[in-house]
Amino acid sequence: MPGVTAVMQGSSVVVAIGGLPIRLRCDDPDFLRSIEERYAGYVSSSQSARFDFEIELAPAGTLSRDEDVRVTWDSGRWLMERGDFRAEWNPSTARGRIQQTLNPYSLDSVLRIVHTLLLAREGGFLLHASSAIRNGRAFLFSGVSGAGKTTMARLAPPDAALLTDEISYVTRQEGRYAAVGTPFFGELARAGENLQAPIEALYLLAKGPENKIEPITGTDAVCGLLGNILFFARDPEFVNLVFNTACDFAARIPVRRLTFAPDTSVWELIV
Amino acid sequence: MKNYRYVARSKSIAARALGDETMVMSASDSTLFTLNEVASVIWAAADGVTPLDEIVAKKICAQYDIAPEVAMKDAEAIVEGLADHGLLLLSDQPLTEPGSSRREAP
Repeated sequence: MPGVTAVMQGSSVVVAIGGLPIRLRCDDPDFLRSIEERYAGYVSSSQSARFDFEIELAPAGTLSRDEDVRVTWDSGRWLMERGDFRAEWNPSTARGRIQQTLNPYSLDSVLRIVHTLLLAREGGFLLHASSAIRNGRAFLFSGVSGAGKTTMARLAPPDAALLTDEISYVTRQEGRYAAVGTPFFGELARAGENLQAPIEALYLLAKGPENKIEPITGTDAVCGLLGNILFFARDPEFVNLVFNTACDFAARIPVRRLTFAPDTSVWELIV
Repeated sequence: MKNYRYVARSKSIAARALGDETMVMSASDSTLFTLNEVASVIWAAADGVTPLDEIVAKKICAQYDIAPEVAMKDAEAIVEGLADHGLLLLSDQPLTEPGSSRREAP
């Protein structure tokens, strides 16, 4: 559990998000230091890691400006590519390589993709949502860009522990869904707390003149959820996994429409 | 004049019945479809070996107050629409084996 100390070991640093330690190796000590700072609160003091990634820094301008992410499975490896990075990862050998420019957000994207692939097999997912723990229970606030994820995070009362204002990490443990803190942030520009709690409800955000909560069920709930799950691989097996997980989640966790006016009173409804 | 008699669910989809509706997700492009009650009945019965006219007679006309010819016309529109999206396969022969004569949207 959380409470780890940020320690850099030689030419590598271990980042543990969702309890999954990934070792990142790089010859550039300055870049490793930037990783340590970027993922503060999620850097593990332990030497052990489930996966190893070697990072090779490419000179600026050597990669393209293509913004489309491509994730494909080829000969036992996941290939991940965008204009600012190229990466490959072999789950069998637990090793991977990342070629990227000197930009910590490239690494952020690779880690998000790796976690979506791993979570899919375990019944979890990453969700475009802010999330917070209150009274030992986690609440998720989901929506597209501009829906109010960061606003809900900013309006959270002092007793709420913020897990993220941008990308929520949902795991399934012993048949129960839990939300876990992530270092993936949005406009708040602050990593979430490295905590976890069982999920109490998922709110799909909408802005309006007054605060209002309406239940969403059936296909509307699944559609609302699926529309906000991060998913990169177009592999049919993974589409099936994510689809079935979304159906299961919507059957177990209350999904509600939260229409809110942007003031702190909205949190009075979150109980 | 339709040139098919049998309908079968594509293998390249994920589907789940939720109440009276059915959600179907295309595995090729992750597009989501929600089937209404009648389309869900046809979907559930589309096993590739039961003729569409038999599905309509036994599953639609027996359950809903609708004239057989109207039900058949509606059913054809439904299955052809689903086939256009690659969710259903249409064939003039039973679809028990892959590769039989069939129509599937690209």
